[in-house]
Order: sequence, then structure tokens, then C-alpha cells
Amino acid sequence: MNWTRSAVDRETWEQAGERLRSGASSLLSLWGEPGRAHMAVIDSSHELRVLSFACEANRFPSIGRLHPPAIRLERAMRDLAGLEAEGLPDTRPWLRHGGPYPFLPAEGESLHQIPVGPVHAGIIEPGHFRFTANGETVVRLEERLGYVHKGIDALMAGASLERAASLAGRVSGDSTVAYALAFAQAVEVALGAQIPPRAAWLRALAAELERLANHFGDIGAVCNDASFSIMHASCGLLRERVLRASHACFGHRLMMDVVMPGGMRCDLSAEGRQQLVALIALVRSQFPELVELYENTASLKDRTVGTGILTPALAQQFAAGGYVGRASGRSFDARRAPGYPPYDRLKFEVPVVQAGDVNARVWIRIQEVEQSLALIEQILGQLPSGAVHIPVSAAAVSAEGTALVEGFRGDIFAWVRIRASGGVERCHLRDPSWFQWPLLEAAIEGNIVADFPLCNKSFNCSYSGHDL
Amino acid sequence: MTSRFLLRNFIRGPLTEAAPPPDEGALAELAGRVNQASRARLGRTLSIREVDAGSCNGCELEIHALNNVLYDLERFGLRFVASPRHADVLLVTGPVTVNMREALERTYQATPDPKWVVAVGDCARNGGVFAGSAACVGGVSAVLAVDLHIPGCPPSPTALLKGLLALLEGVSA
Repeated sequence: MNWTRSAVDRETWEQAGERLRSGASSLLSLWGEPGRAHMAVIDSSHELRVLSFACEANRFPSIGRLHPPAIRLERAMRDLAGLEAEGLPDTRPWLRHGGPYPFLPAEGESLHQIPVGPVHAGIIEPGHFRFTANGETVVRLEERLGYVHKGIDALMAGASLERAASLAGRVSGDSTVAYALAFAQAVEVALGAQIPPRAAWLRALAAELERLANHFGDIGAVCNDASFSIMHASCGLLRERVLRASHACFGHRLMMDVVMPGGMRCDLSAEGRQQLVALIALVRSQFPELVELYENTASLKDRTVGTGILTPALAQQFAAGGYVGRASGRSFDARRAPGYPPYDRLKFEVPVVQAGDVNARVWIRIQEVEQSLALIEQILGQLPSGAVHIPVSAAAVSAEGTALVEGFRGDIFAWVRIRASGGVERCHLRDPSWFQWPLLEAAIEGNIVADFPLCNKSFNCSYSGHDL
Repeated sequence: MTSRFLLRNFIRGPLTEAAPPPDEGALAELAGRVNQASRARLGRTLSIREVDAGSCNGCELEIHALNNVLYDLERFGLRFVASPRHADVLLVTGPVTVNMREALERTYQATPDPKWVVAVGDCARNGGVFAGSAACVGGVSAVLAVDLHIPGCPPSPTALLKGLLALLEGVSA
């Protein structure tokens, strides 16, 4: 992937912040290491730039003061790398807990607070939601995350490539393929490795299976949160079929540790190919009826239409990826641009709608299911032959690489620095949820408390991917 | 539309698959951990509260799958409940993070006796790939006494089912 890395002075760093504020470019990530702050941005020409600022006394000019999407990333930079953002509007710790945590005030007559979590009622990840409500209506939601912070940045530093790939695949278990792919691509960029074409195609196959499984799960779960359990049961069955086919293809239901630097750990099995053909036929015969059921059940649509609206302006400002962005008019899809093989050889559409409500986020998923099915068919039809892996070896000097990969939830950014001796010196992985969680706070405002599960599921942000 | 759907599923019959046998290793691990009094009180049903204490969400996905129509966990008298106050079993995943330790302990304290702790996944056993991180405490047994481990990264729904059936057998035998 084309990218540039430059060491910048204070003026250029702040100019980059101004460009983010004006909307001329989008923030991909902000991260730090002792003595240096890094910022990744992308503009309309889809050129990826990493700017690095040498900090004096571990301080750097805050980007969050100019561009709010950076605030939580800068709070995390202090927790993880000890860097202080000068002028950061919110100086509370973020990923590092301990000590009292003052929530933002919401004042007025008849307001009450509802604390929820970190242990939630369902089988879901932990996080805390602090609602301030006026009767049934949510006036403010404030999230507190970081409960599943596992210290992945620190574990990555000094890890062998193999161990780092395994860690990357466990940043967010639902996106294990996408994360392993982002990490592997960044390593391959750093080392100038060219993987065999068949490996790239099989990676795309695994990524589309992962997208299918998650979208089925989400479509069912959103309907379940509106108490429409037929959809949940039927979509849960389709999800299970995808996982079993994935197991037949690559030997693991979630396809963990299947993608690795240099290619794929294993080739597509003959049985896997057969099961995929059967899977596509099954989904093609059952899914349209489910879509029709969703579309024609008035009591269900009553819950999803007009609920939890995210405005296109906010989606744009926060560079929201995935179905969150595409349901609110932002068409960005990393498979298309900047793009990576084999998607340049495949035909697919990127569905976009403007409505921004729960229904729109369900509809984007429905359409993406259809696109993923078509992609899997094309991959099976055109799969090149040959090896699926090449050995990757360290360069003589330390080398850096980046990648931007489209997971089911949105674009995952990866940056890695490989030591001259091999092994990872540092690695930063940014989950799409960093820019989606804050938008959930905006989308729920003015909705009733009882619609929160519906809104939350329609975003389906990752806790683990965000907390690292 | 809905009624047509329901009717067809009714005529077709259930998709649910046959149950796997209880896991032998799990039966051995559980032997002696369940006394006669608790058996009498619980009968053949267990309420489970799942607690993610730092997992990557992989284990949660497979635990979720237990509720799909093919595994249909509830046919065994096993069901997930929303509150630890309703639970007999805490199903804990993840390398317990420093930030989740207190929440896990408080969830345990909120669960009435008799109660069991099942550690799900390789991380819950000993920290898994996250072992040694300063942000993690380690396996679940670093915080709570664990009655049963179900290994895997993540364990498949079948592996989970075998472990839970062993628990049910151990509790209600």
C-alpha cells in the first residue's frame, strides 16, 4: 500500500489538525511511543500519511482540541505511552482505571441517572453506560470503556512475528480474520514481501465469510432486541452454517490464526469448497424470505425506522467506517480505496444510504450479505492456483509498514515497526469502534431508554478491539 | 408472512441436533465438588450468568451459539440469566483484566450459594496469549475458586456443551 511517513514540526502537526477540523482529511489513528506521537490521516485522494512528532518532555499539541474524534485516542496515549496532549479538552484517564471517575454533568429539573454495567444482562462484553434521562427520554449517554484492556500494545513490543500475529488475531475475536489480515499486510509492506496471488484470494474468502457470519448474527440480534425472535433464530442458524463451512475450509470456526504474515496457514480444503457451494445455495434460498419478513413486519419496522439516527455530518466528521458510516451517507470502504488485492479484480458494490437510523444499519448489512455472497462465488470461480505462503524474513534494518483493511465493522488500521533482528518493535492496531462509540452517544440522544439495546446492537461496536 | 413461517417450521420439525456425551475429563474434575444438599436443592436445572472478564469476544460468540436452534441449550435445563442473583453458575471468560477484577468479584458475591464457577477458554485457564501482561491478573483461578475448566480458543459449542452437561450431571446425579 502507498503511504508516506514524515517527521513533522509543531506547525505542520497543527496544520494537519486544522485539515482534519475542516474536513479536508480524515483521521485514521493517533498513537504514541515514548518520546514520539504519531498521527495517520487519509485524504480524498486516498493517500495514507503518517506524521510523527518528536515530543519534548513527552508533550505534543493536542489534535482533540481541534478535532473531537481524537480526544479518546489522546486520552489513551497518556495511559499507554505516557504522552501528554497539550490543550486536550478532557484529561480524565481512559484505558487505565483506578480511582474515582467523574462523569460529565447533566443538570436540570427531573433528570435522573441510570448506571449500567460493566457486567451487562446479556452475553456481551463489559463496559459502563451512564444514562441521564428525563422520564423515558435519554438526555445524555456517557460511555466508560477500558474494562477489557489487556495491554496488547505492550505485549506486541518485542514479540516474534508469529506471536504478534496470534495476538493481532485476538484483539477482537469477531474480527480475527480482518485483524490478522491488517497485521500481516502491514508486516508485508514493511518487509517488501510479495505474497502468492492464491494467498491474497483465500484471505479475501476468509474475510467475506467472517463478514457474512457477523452480519447474520447482527441482523438477528437487532431483531431480537425488538423481541422478534423468528428472525433471531433463523439468522442464528445461517450464522452457524457459515461457521461450520469456515471450519471445513480452514479448520477453525472463527478462522483464528488462519491468516499470517507471508500468506495463509493452510490451503482451502476440497471439502471446504464443497461446503461453500452448498452454503451459498442455502443462503440464497433462505435469506430473501427473511429479508421479506423483516421488511413486512410492521411491528418490527416500527421499532427500527427513525430510531437512533446518526446524522451524515457526524458520520463524516468522525470518519465512521462500516455499516455505521454507510448507513449515514459515508461511502468509504477500504476494499475499494485505498484497496488491496484481490478486490481490484472483483466486482462488488458498496451500498450507501442516508437515513442513519437502526433500519438503515440493518439494511446496509442485508445488502452487504448479498455482496459477500457474490464475492465468495467470484473467488471460488477465479481462484488462482499455486502456493499459499512464502517465508518472510526480516530486513537488514528496522522497517515500518501500515495497512488499512475492511473488517465487517469498518476499516481497521495497522502500523508496525519490525526490528532489524526480526520480531516486532512496536505495533498499533486501531479498531473501527474508536470512531463509532462516540457516535452511539450522539445517536441515542432523544430516544427512549428502552431503545438503547436496539441502537447499541445496530452499532455493535467492539469493546475488546477498542480497549486493546 | 409470519404465520406461514411458523407453520412451515412446525411441519418440518426441529433442527436441533443430538446431544454430545458429557466430557469425561470434566466429570473427573468435578467429582467431589458437589455435595448432596446442593444436588437436592438444584434438581436438574442450572441457571448460568456469563461474565466476560477480559475476553476478546471469541468465547462469547461461541457461548451465544449454544442458544441457536442446532444446540438449543435450554432443552437440558440450562439457561442463561440476566442477573448473578438468579444464577447457580458463573461462566467466566477472558484473562481477568485488572480493570474487570473488582466487577468479577462483586458479581461472584452477588451470586447466591450454592454456586459454581466455570472458566471458559484458554485465557480463563491461565491468561492464554495474554499471560504475563501487566494489564491482566491471569486466569480466573487467580481471583475465584474454579470448579471446572473448558479449554479452547475459543471452545466450540460442542465442547462447551460437553462441559456444561458434565456439570449438570455432577450437580444432579
